[in-house]
Amino acid sequence: MTGPVLQGTMYLADPAVISFDIGKLARSFFQSTIDGLEWGSIYALVAVGYTLVYGVLRLINFAHSEIFMLGMFAQYAALMLMGFSPSGNAYNEGVLLTIFFLGVATVAAMLVSGGAAVGLERVAYRPLRKRNAPSLVFLITAIGADFVIQEFVHFVLPKLTGGKLGGLNAQQPIILVQQESVFKIGDGTVTNKTLIILIAAVLLAFATDYFVNRTKFGRGMRAVSQDPTTATLMGVSRERIIMLTFLIGGFLAGAAALLYTIKVPGGIIYSGGFLLGIKAFSAAVLGGIGNLRGALLGGLVLGVAENWGQYIFGTQWKDIVAFVLLVLVLMIRPTGILGESLGKARA
Amino acid sequence: MSTPAIAKAPKIAFGDRFRLWWNTLSRPAQWGFGAPFVLLLALLPIIRPPGLTTTGTDFGAVMAQFGMYALIAIGLNVVVGQAGLLDLGYVGFYAIGAYTVGLLTSPDSPWNKTGPNGFLSDKWAWLAVAPIAVAVTALSGLLLGTPTLRLRGDYLAIVTLGFGEIVRLLADNLDSITGGGQGLSQIAYPRVGVSAKQPLGVFSAGNAGDPTGSWFTRHLNSGVWWFWLSLVLIVFVLMFVGNLERSRVGRAWVAIREDEDAAEIMGVPTFKFKLWAFVIGASIGGLSGALYAGQVQFVVPTNFNVINSVLFLCAVVLGGQGNKLGVILGAFIIVYLPNAFLGRTEIFGWQIDGNAIAQYKYLFFGLALMLLMIFRPQGLIPVRQKLLTYGRQIYQAMRRGREAQPEAVEVAK
Repeated sequence: MTGPVLQGTMYLADPAVISFDIGKLARSFFQSTIDGLEWGSIYALVAVGYTLVYGVLRLINFAHSEIFMLGMFAQYAALMLMGFSPSGNAYNEGVLLTIFFLGVATVAAMLVSGGAAVGLERVAYRPLRKRNAPSLVFLITAIGADFVIQEFVHFVLPKLTGGKLGGLNAQQPIILVQQESVFKIGDGTVTNKTLIILIAAVLLAFATDYFVNRTKFGRGMRAVSQDPTTATLMGVSRERIIMLTFLIGGFLAGAAALLYTIKVPGGIIYSGGFLLGIKAFSAAVLGGIGNLRGALLGGLVLGVAENWGQYIFGTQWKDIVAFVLLVLVLMIRPTGILGESLGKARA
Repeated sequence: MSTPAIAKAPKIAFGDRFRLWWNTLSRPAQWGFGAPFVLLLALLPIIRPPGLTTTGTDFGAVMAQFGMYALIAIGLNVVVGQAGLLDLGYVGFYAIGAYTVGLLTSPDSPWNKTGPNGFLSDKWAWLAVAPIAVAVTALSGLLLGTPTLRLRGDYLAIVTLGFGEIVRLLADNLDSITGGGQGLSQIAYPRVGVSAKQPLGVFSAGNAGDPTGSWFTRHLNSGVWWFWLSLVLIVFVLMFVGNLERSRVGRAWVAIREDEDAAEIMGVPTFKFKLWAFVIGASIGGLSGALYAGQVQFVVPTNFNVINSVLFLCAVVLGGQGNKLGVILGAFIIVYLPNAFLGRTEIFGWQIDGNAIAQYKYLFFGLALMLLMIFRPQGLIPVRQKLLTYGRQIYQAMRRGREAQPEAVEVAK
């Protein structure tokens, strides 16, 4: 598979800088795609939070990544409350109990993330809306909130929990699902983790899509994002819709946090949401910000592209692939793949 | 027209009164008041007034860091405050400036031009490379700005954030050039003032002052020297930026910031002037990065995290976007406050854990940003843009009006 065209090295003066090997991607095409879809599902769920809030408020909720991070800690705390010790396993007590533990952890993560998102909206954004602040002010507030939440988990949470949660280091993992190979596609192995992540993400995506496009509340959201004034005149409570939007975004971020900890059990750390949040936002932009289905698609595209890039250029370039993709998309098609607009998603 | 303005005089706040007074001064008089103030500022780390000096770290080093942050704040202010472009990747330019100096003068780098085989002399390497660093950063600003400045507001913020991360990741991953996570060490610094006591010159990190010397030389360590160097640069940059602000360029920036569409319709070539702001801001950031590389003599990717961008932004927003003096004050607060708490165990008679408070700085700055945006979005020293567009003439006209109508002054009292 490796010919002179497929492999190469870029030189800047003497030392070799970047080498690429397309053959490596070809050899592990299915594995990289499966990995990419797993990551992409997580990005997609987080991206929905960004896109819905942007659609309704025209605001980049920069602190959404920390809502996700809080979800990781919430499910960890829930597992600890159920008696699991750090570095322990939660999968040794039969399938039914494992599903029960998973369910409790999911509910805990979703509730905390959803609650935190609504609380954030109340504390940080509502006062600004009352003052009719310009959008730059909102964004700066969001950045401030991001750091407050991050540093809260970094410094304050360990004090509140006697050092059990938060702090400088990642939490000792409590492994929820033991990785087992289920079947193989070509060179790739589909594990039980893959199935859980993909199925959960697809279910949540369909549920959200149904909610936004088919229910009364979803119609209200779309109405507010199209024209807040007219929506208010038609009897839609804007404040309630905004709260609902943050709540749904928070729920999905919490669910994504649980899936993320299944995939990366050692990733529960105060700074663990930041980079993922930026990538999820990139995914939202990639699909067309404000567009729900765009966010889902963008997440998957970003996840797969990033993992392909990782196989071509090497692991250390994974993040750069994501950011270069973001910059390229914004330069070439700033409205994203499916175009922006929540309101026009389904009139 | 001037009478109603004077009739309103009693309502003018202290800051505006000062501003009014300052703007009526002639240019030489402004220099006459400004120069001693700068001199006093320069002498601060020598005098080290009790209550202001820091206990946990050397005050000279704190002031040197303040100098660098002030430069950054002035540069970021051009982009964010004057042209209204939210740049979250400003640390990228800072990093490019620092890494340019590092790559050209560190023995760890393959492009090292110092030593026996290079063309840079040990003595002047830093000074020769600093303009190159500024040029490289300006170029990178141009390269980033050309494609991305067609984007507006939020999108621009995220693209620049991505750029900042890309720069850091590149520095981290191009191991063979930048040394990766190991960084580049032994970067050049101006080797001047070499004496028996200071074999490596006054700017070397080894210069810890002369503990047995007079009041002047006792605290004259390398930090103070770097602070003085940055003070000189700040004065020059302020003159440059101030002149731009009062020119057509500055008026175009204000127009773009207030309403980009209206500016475009009025014939302002918005893209061109946005690019100007971006490039000028970037080069000032690069200059500060060069200062940083020289002072620390060591660059490593973790020092250029995105979190620094937010800290820079905090300085600008805290001080007052668009106001040059305001953002310098903001930079001072950002640098000084955490350092002031370091190693302190009591304040105003309260027992505190100063080190912990200094450690929590991002928590407090995040809170400060949020509260500020709610209660004082214009910052501590806000800019008065409406009058600025008319320039000095309006102030002088007002003053003339006041002299001509003494009874109006009575009203003011």
